[in-house]
Amino acid sequence: MAQRTRSQQADRIRNLLETEGEAIHSHASASNARRYETYGATDDLEALRTDARSIKEDAIGRLPDLIDTVREAVEANGGTVYVADDAADANAYVSEVVRTGTEENGIAGDGETPSVVKSKSMTTEEIDLNDALETEGIDVTETDLGEWVLQVADDTPSHIVGPAMHISRPEIAELFNERFEPDEPFETAEELTRFARDHLGEHIREADVGITGANFVVADSGTITLITNEGNARKCAVTPDTHVAIAGVEKLIPTLSDLEPFVDIIAKSATGQPISQYVTMLSPPTDSPTLDFDRPDDPITGDGDGAADVPSGADGTGDPDRDFHLVLLDNGRMDMREDDQLRETLYCIRCGACSNSCANFQSVGGHGFGGETYSGGIATGWEAGVHGQESAAEFNDLCTGCSRCVDACPVKIDIPWINTVVRDRVNRSGESESYDFLVDGLTPDLEEGGLDPGKRFFGNIGTVAKVASATAPVSNWLADAGPVRAALEHTLGIDRRRDLPSFQRESLVDWFEGRGGEATSKKRAAEPRAQRGGVEASSKRVERAGSRADADGDGAALDREIVLYPDVYTNYVDVDRGKAAVRTLEALGVPVRVPDLPESGRAALSQGMIATADRQASELYAALAEDLDAGRDVVVIEPSDLAAVHREYERLLPEGSVERLRANSYEICEYVYGLLENGADPETLSTGDGAEPVAYHSHCQQRTLDLEAPTVAVLERCGYAPETSSAECCGMAGSFGYKREYYELSMDVGERLASEVEGAETVVASGTSCGDQLETLLEREVPHPIELLAPGGYRA
Amino acid sequence: MTVDTVGRFERALEGLDVGLERVPAAEATDRIETIVQEPAVGAPLPFEGVALPGSVTTAPTNRELEAAETGVTPVGFAIAEYGTVAVESTADGAEPISLYPERHVAVVAESDVVPDISAGFDRLADGFADGRDSVVFATGRSATADMGDLVHGVHGPGDVHVIVLEDR
Repeated sequence: MAQRTRSQQADRIRNLLETEGEAIHSHASASNARRYETYGATDDLEALRTDARSIKEDAIGRLPDLIDTVREAVEANGGTVYVADDAADANAYVSEVVRTGTEENGIAGDGETPSVVKSKSMTTEEIDLNDALETEGIDVTETDLGEWVLQVADDTPSHIVGPAMHISRPEIAELFNERFEPDEPFETAEELTRFARDHLGEHIREADVGITGANFVVADSGTITLITNEGNARKCAVTPDTHVAIAGVEKLIPTLSDLEPFVDIIAKSATGQPISQYVTMLSPPTDSPTLDFDRPDDPITGDGDGAADVPSGADGTGDPDRDFHLVLLDNGRMDMREDDQLRETLYCIRCGACSNSCANFQSVGGHGFGGETYSGGIATGWEAGVHGQESAAEFNDLCTGCSRCVDACPVKIDIPWINTVVRDRVNRSGESESYDFLVDGLTPDLEEGGLDPGKRFFGNIGTVAKVASATAPVSNWLADAGPVRAALEHTLGIDRRRDLPSFQRESLVDWFEGRGGEATSKKRAAEPRAQRGGVEASSKRVERAGSRADADGDGAALDREIVLYPDVYTNYVDVDRGKAAVRTLEALGVPVRVPDLPESGRAALSQGMIATADRQASELYAALAEDLDAGRDVVVIEPSDLAAVHREYERLLPEGSVERLRANSYEICEYVYGLLENGADPETLSTGDGAEPVAYHSHCQQRTLDLEAPTVAVLERCGYAPETSSAECCGMAGSFGYKREYYELSMDVGERLASEVEGAETVVASGTSCGDQLETLLEREVPHPIELLAPGGYRA
Repeated sequence: MTVDTVGRFERALEGLDVGLERVPAAEATDRIETIVQEPAVGAPLPFEGVALPGSVTTAPTNRELEAAETGVTPVGFAIAEYGTVAVESTADGAEPISLYPERHVAVVAESDVVPDISAGFDRLADGFADGRDSVVFATGRSATADMGDLVHGVHGPGDVHVIVLEDR
């Protein structure tokens, strides 16, 4: 599939924002809100997630054995198992089952066409089963209301759980009124639902074969589990005498007891319900009688020669009229199992929580954020595995790596990492483009292949910033000039509507050295409290104060030494927040060092440049090793850089290095919280009057790291009344918001956040991107919380 | 089973808009009679001394199932935590009888109300060991939001009542 150009992609996203955005947002955000509520009310949530994940790890690990086990179990029950290699294989098998069944039993209902009723199944969407059956002259009716709406509309699913989420009620009413021409036009959801129930009920009663998916398949009993709210899966499975269940091989779990955590968690993560209405566990063929509505006067329990004679229902062989086929689909899954990076995708239980928690998905939905079948965060893994990399490449860049889906996923899949890996692979498979020379000089890196120049530019933002800072303010004037903006847009895809960061001539590192470096910081940290912020104390007084503090046990803070990490933005662009961090730490009695350190690799990771990130992670660890050995704490201001260390370095560095770095690195407000908890005096900072309102937007990755709370606590300790934002993300996420194709989407997401905080007099944000986005949307200053707290305040 | 467990079951059902009544076995038939809306079909109740009311047709024909307003079935056990009833796929048709009519009346022995899903899975495992390996956990009423707003009674019942037999 050819990649769209930037402007085609921009047009497509704009169109989706206009046509499907509103309906998607209202549904996805409501499910997301209910998920938070239900997760919050579940005491053993973490244990459930851990259990679920380890069961999946184990099951995928011994998948070939489980396939053998389930085959034995289903055959012992009287059913058949077929492992299909790919879509064509699966479709041919199902067609054959329908054909044979109708030849043997005659066609049910009035028509002469074999008929199939289906319960919602993404797996059959993956293989385009409906088209295949219809080509064979078989009538197919979707019975899930959402899927049926799509069938009537000739549309495709836009969400794993709510496939027709993008179509609003009035649109459905219009569609149905046009198609079915009712006496009284449909208007309410109630009317539409009743019509669907009657219409689909008739199809189900007359169907020859029922086809369902399976949420889970218990290998050792041959039990398929169907989880629904409507009840259509039950009807499709038990009404016709032939039932075909189609499931990816990854749905196998070993035993019945392994099912429990999944039954407990899947509805919570999907829709925020404690449990779904119907959790159907069938070990078909079941004892339940088949229903033949063509013979209205026959008792449902048979005519005396069947199951009615065995009312115990426990003979283990089921109703003799029943025929059951379990089709296990490979279609790339066994290769995914061998792929160290994509394997985790197979743990997915298709709950859609990653979609609901994704700010970009909430705006454009799965038609923008999905490939041929699957949508949302995890779709990258699925599409790359079952349809190939090109299908994933189409939408992969819509994942900004914000990581909000990480806490949402019931099986703890690192979805952002899968997206990064696929981005890296897509980068490497591309054709070399003609603008490479423009960024070659600026962006030395390890990436081969035709990496998009925009990606190279943003992935090497550290080098860019260094050059820009050295040439500021000239570089800033140039960057703002019309022709330059046009060139940046043309070559790098940087949208000209977006304000560019303004590079400071004096970097944080230079400023720190200029004021005397570490020696000065030590003196300042040792200043007696009364003197802080006032006239410089003499060095003698400082020494006396220092020894006094040690003597009376008040010198705990002085025992700590900090390396403040000068991330690219803090060092070259938002130098003020760096200065504020230095002043705050010194005021609390801790001396600081601000060495010139390598980039964290965060920027490279965002662009899928894993080799570059890997190199940078090693360089940063090497540069910090001595500080770590000396027991110094590493304090990080930019949350995404801290997230790289805490979340992604385990993929890049040896375990011991990661542990060491992780254990000794802190987010700035988290660190301040620790100092205050250990007796540091908040009165040396800029404090509020006890209830001074401030709107606080944490940062997506900071929230995933559970670091929103310490900042809130510090603000409270310092006399503020912080109100936190609930929007998932600012919509900016580093380079994402600069790119021309995503500008509108970034603004749409940003508006949701901005509308939450715009009423507040003071708005603070922890991330650079978040701050930039909010400053643009609110047209006023949005400092980092540390700037609010620093002695003298952020306007000082 | 403690009264607390049934109380918890009742509260969970309240949240699902499902009514619960506790009755002694001797009064169960009369109570069911007042709840069913005719025409009604049912699967035989396996509780000693409890019979379906005469107005409830057992071993219904396909036509009777299709036309029924109410389906009465026993359930193997219930899970108090979520307000779940476990309907078994038995040869006397409990599964379709609980599913097709608009109203489902589920009858459960008090001693079969278990506190939470873990205990539910223990009961499920016992059942599987005895060969009862097809069960539906039904919680509340069939529902969908696919038509734009939440609507109950889609493919399954839109109205559910639970009878707890106090002395069983």
